[in-house]
Amino acid sequence: MYAQMIKSEATQDDPEKLAAFQARIDAGDKIEPKDWMPAGYRKTLIRQIGQHAHSEIVGQLPEGNWITRAPTLERKAILLAKVQDEAGHGLYLYCAAETLGVSRDKLTEMLLDGRMKYSSIFSYPTLTWADMGAVGWLVDGAAIMNQVPLQRTSYGPYARSMVRICKEESFHQRQGFDIMMKMANGTEAQKRMAQDALNRFWYPSLMMFGPSDAESVHSEQSMRWRIKMNGNDELRQKFVDQTVPQAEYLGLTIPDETLAWNEEKGGYDFAQPDWSEFFDVLKGNGPCSVERIEARQKAWDDGAWVREARLAHAAKKQAAKVAAE
Amino acid sequence: MKQEWPLWEVFIRGQHGLSHRHVGSLHATDAEHAIQNARDVYTRRKEGVSIWVVPAADITASSPDDKGSLYDPADDKVYRHPTFFDIPDDVGAM
Repeated sequence: MYAQMIKSEATQDDPEKLAAFQARIDAGDKIEPKDWMPAGYRKTLIRQIGQHAHSEIVGQLPEGNWITRAPTLERKAILLAKVQDEAGHGLYLYCAAETLGVSRDKLTEMLLDGRMKYSSIFSYPTLTWADMGAVGWLVDGAAIMNQVPLQRTSYGPYARSMVRICKEESFHQRQGFDIMMKMANGTEAQKRMAQDALNRFWYPSLMMFGPSDAESVHSEQSMRWRIKMNGNDELRQKFVDQTVPQAEYLGLTIPDETLAWNEEKGGYDFAQPDWSEFFDVLKGNGPCSVERIEARQKAWDDGAWVREARLAHAAKKQAAKVAAE
Repeated sequence: MKQEWPLWEVFIRGQHGLSHRHVGSLHATDAEHAIQNARDVYTRRKEGVSIWVVPAADITASSPDDKGSLYDPADDKVYRHPTFFDIPDDVGAM
């Protein structure tokens, strides 16, 4: 997902307060910024929301790659709007994280020096225009699976930013599928590009949900705190079951020979992605990992004078206003 | 210089006739800048007809610990709600 392998923090708070806190969560209460919360809840959320925000921001890069080369002016305008939305999603989430007492600059700093991660999916390259279709259809489709239940998460500001994000995300997935339909029904060459995009993005999309829950030591605590709403395997299954018929509609083939409908479980059996690749990408060894952080570092460095000039200008205006009074 | 832009809370009137509602926050250097940013961040789909921005530092909030005592006075005044009174059906709509 956009937040993967989130380590939950053990908590050493007053047992009585902890019990009262858990009771609030169990009763479906929302926790708000000024409420008491266990230190572990706060730390885990900062990590999770921060990683989610970073993913939205870094996620602009693979798509930004195609803005200047979109095939028509309309496609270009749509892609631009989509990438702008991703920036907006990042901003909603950074603000939610900041309510927990971490500063925006600190979050950026931790992304740039590698202490915080972003989703593995954005370390893959976007090689053709069909990849814009595959990213919207599969990557945003997978993100929706996770984000819809997170609208009910226990932390108020996080839940509310998810509501805004989900409203916008459906446009993203549909514009992706629209590109795929055009390509899949186009010339032979276009169809080949569509199939190639699906081939390359299928397994990285499955990885987005994270490794099997059986191997995830942190899921349990996060689920108790209602900051993780569903198991990784459960969401992955849901995603596959939803996506396979869509691929069939497009006349494209899921790159998995073992894929088969399982009547008994009412879902598809499918092959797991290569998890060693996932762990490697998460460590920063993805095909575009270095490039992504370099781009973020450059944006941060090149933007420094703007950040400073705006502050200086505001101070000057304020001083003039005071002098005039 | 290592100073962050101040935080602003954003309130948007969704439609004419409705009150402004808190939608989130953002960073900006002054009020004018905050309005511009709020337009870009919170109204990309015509979500509003009016925007308020307020420096987050200027907001005074009630403490969550007061939740009990602050609202206590309302606890024993159920008669403030119209459903407290039983009006016979024969009286008609009231």
